[in-house]
Amino acid sequence: MSDAPLLETRDLRTWFEVQRGLFAKRGTVKAVDGVTLSVNPGETLGLVGESGCGKSTLGRTVLRLIEPTAGTIRFEGRDITALSPSAMRPLRRRMQMIFQDPYASLNPRMRVRDIVGEALDIHGLAPSPSEREGRIEALLKRVGLRPDQAPRYPHEFSGGQRQRVGIARALAVEPRFLVADEPISALDVSIQAQIVNLLKDLQEELGLAYLFVSHDLKVVEYVSHRVAVMYLGRVVETAPAASLYTDARHPYTRALLSAAPVADPEKKRLRIVLQGDVPSPLAPPPGCTFHPRCVLAKKGLCDVTAPALREVKPQHFAACHLADDAPSA
Amino acid sequence: MRAVSDALLSVRNLVTEFRTDGGVLRAVDDVSFDIPAGATVAVVGESGCGKSVTSLSILRLIQPPGRIASGQVLFEGRDLVTLPEREMRAVRGARIAMIFQEPMSSLNPVYTVGDQIIESLVIHQKRSKRDAWNRAVELLGLVGIPSPETRAKAYPHQLSGGMRQRVMIAIALACEPKLLIADEPTTALDVTIQAQILELLASLRTRLGMAVMLITHDLGLVAEFAEQVVVMYAGRVVERATVKQLFRSPQHPYTRGLLRSVPGYGDNRTARRLPTIAGVVPDLRDLPGGCRFRDRCDVAFDRCAREEPALRPIADDRLVRCHLESTP
Repeated sequence: MSDAPLLETRDLRTWFEVQRGLFAKRGTVKAVDGVTLSVNPGETLGLVGESGCGKSTLGRTVLRLIEPTAGTIRFEGRDITALSPSAMRPLRRRMQMIFQDPYASLNPRMRVRDIVGEALDIHGLAPSPSEREGRIEALLKRVGLRPDQAPRYPHEFSGGQRQRVGIARALAVEPRFLVADEPISALDVSIQAQIVNLLKDLQEELGLAYLFVSHDLKVVEYVSHRVAVMYLGRVVETAPAASLYTDARHPYTRALLSAAPVADPEKKRLRIVLQGDVPSPLAPPPGCTFHPRCVLAKKGLCDVTAPALREVKPQHFAACHLADDAPSA
Repeated sequence: MRAVSDALLSVRNLVTEFRTDGGVLRAVDDVSFDIPAGATVAVVGESGCGKSVTSLSILRLIQPPGRIASGQVLFEGRDLVTLPEREMRAVRGARIAMIFQEPMSSLNPVYTVGDQIIESLVIHQKRSKRDAWNRAVELLGLVGIPSPETRAKAYPHQLSGGMRQRVMIAIALACEPKLLIADEPTTALDVTIQAQILELLASLRTRLGMAVMLITHDLGLVAEFAEQVVVMYAGRVVERATVKQLFRSPQHPYTRGLLRSVPGYGDNRTARRLPTIAGVVPDLRDLPGGCRFRDRCDVAFDRCAREEPALRPIADDRLVRCHLESTP
């Protein structure tokens, strides 16, 4: 891995104006609210958090599929925040996306050959029909499908195979960076491992970088080099995977890790059960947005001042006033 | 499993079929297991294994073109399969209650949650409206809903996903059932909310002495919550064991494969690749002859293609459907 990040965001914000009811006042949902992160070439950054934390919005914003409200996105060292659609197009070849639902993200009326081939056509990557056919064949093989399956339609495939088609489509344009948004959560357990392995193999062969968005902490630990934890639009902790999973500093990360069931009935653990729900993003609490659910919260501090992300140990950042005081998990 | 006499529920040789254009499909094929009073039994498997159809069959909620073709469901000394519909209605919701994966689609959007709880109290316990309403508020408090008096007047869309699932549990508990069937009760919920719901179910189980049948695909949930496990594959029970036995020494190649493929099981966290089960779940209309798992099995041999293994006991409380010698 080289030192220069492939993707970098600085203080990125994606806000949505919403109106609740016909006569209600307008509000602002700060889905992504000041996120600074980077993904290095060939690296997997895992992005975890609960529904509504903004992880999917962040994934789409870095690809400029959703327009950011403020902040910057740099890709391959270049500021792409304000690039026009035509200036973005050549870059789209190098940044692609894999979706959660392999049923909804493939056009049911297109043959697999054309789903994969469409991207080649758009970017002019297949000068002749025979070359196009050859590349589609190679792509299908690479993701573990048979070339003779190319004339089939999506409904003729199982969920896992459809996800393979989605991956082949993303790979067609030879990207360097992929946003994978919950790529395995719609699949059966025995199929999930197959897709995880495929993504890892492709990373090794092609040097791909992933932003791996998931609510499944165990899978994220397995696939990621580094992990970022989001809560209400902000990154509350980010660290190398090993450090995050063994020495989490933010109380939210700790609660999240302790809440995930472990497939070992003989391991009894102390579980931190958070009280209450995630607050409405329309009216986030003042100060640290996690303080109403935090067992460590200090009155006069956490409910007043929002903590900044700071380095609590080398390469390990947490946005918590008390990250140093908290005893190690 | 324990002797039949202890069992609150005893499913015996249950067969549930669906008539389709392509012929008859057996979603549940000769399934047997017991649930002792107060115990938690998990039924695990992937989509299409028959776990949900089993639970719907227990409550006789199978709609045409589906039907229970044969077998018995013994509950408190009676066979639910042959019970007259009028008596079955007295069992459903009162003696056996069920909660589903998606609370929003199981709640009626045009009634307040309080009204939906009192419905079963008025029907099954013949309580007055006022008395039932007070009990509804009490139940909402019991499942951990803050300010239950106010929330009883709320409509489902005004509550969060976790709160809705609590309402579903309150409805299920209204008549203090002896058995709660929980079909993927936390799959639609976030992990911190899942932890809240599991803690709630565990405390209610102890407090009310209620048995729980947990239907799930999540092995982590099974490990943390259940005492006994029934593993299903393509309509068949392939393994039955206590939770400790199952996780310590899974016997069926399918169970073994399933456990190994979960990140964090054993030491696979550091493995470069996750162990996988090859192939996909078979189509029930087009099952392979012999063992239904053999196409995906890494230890299958010629006998597996010729003859389907029987579900045979290999130790106390342990059953496995595999030709291979077992080492429990």
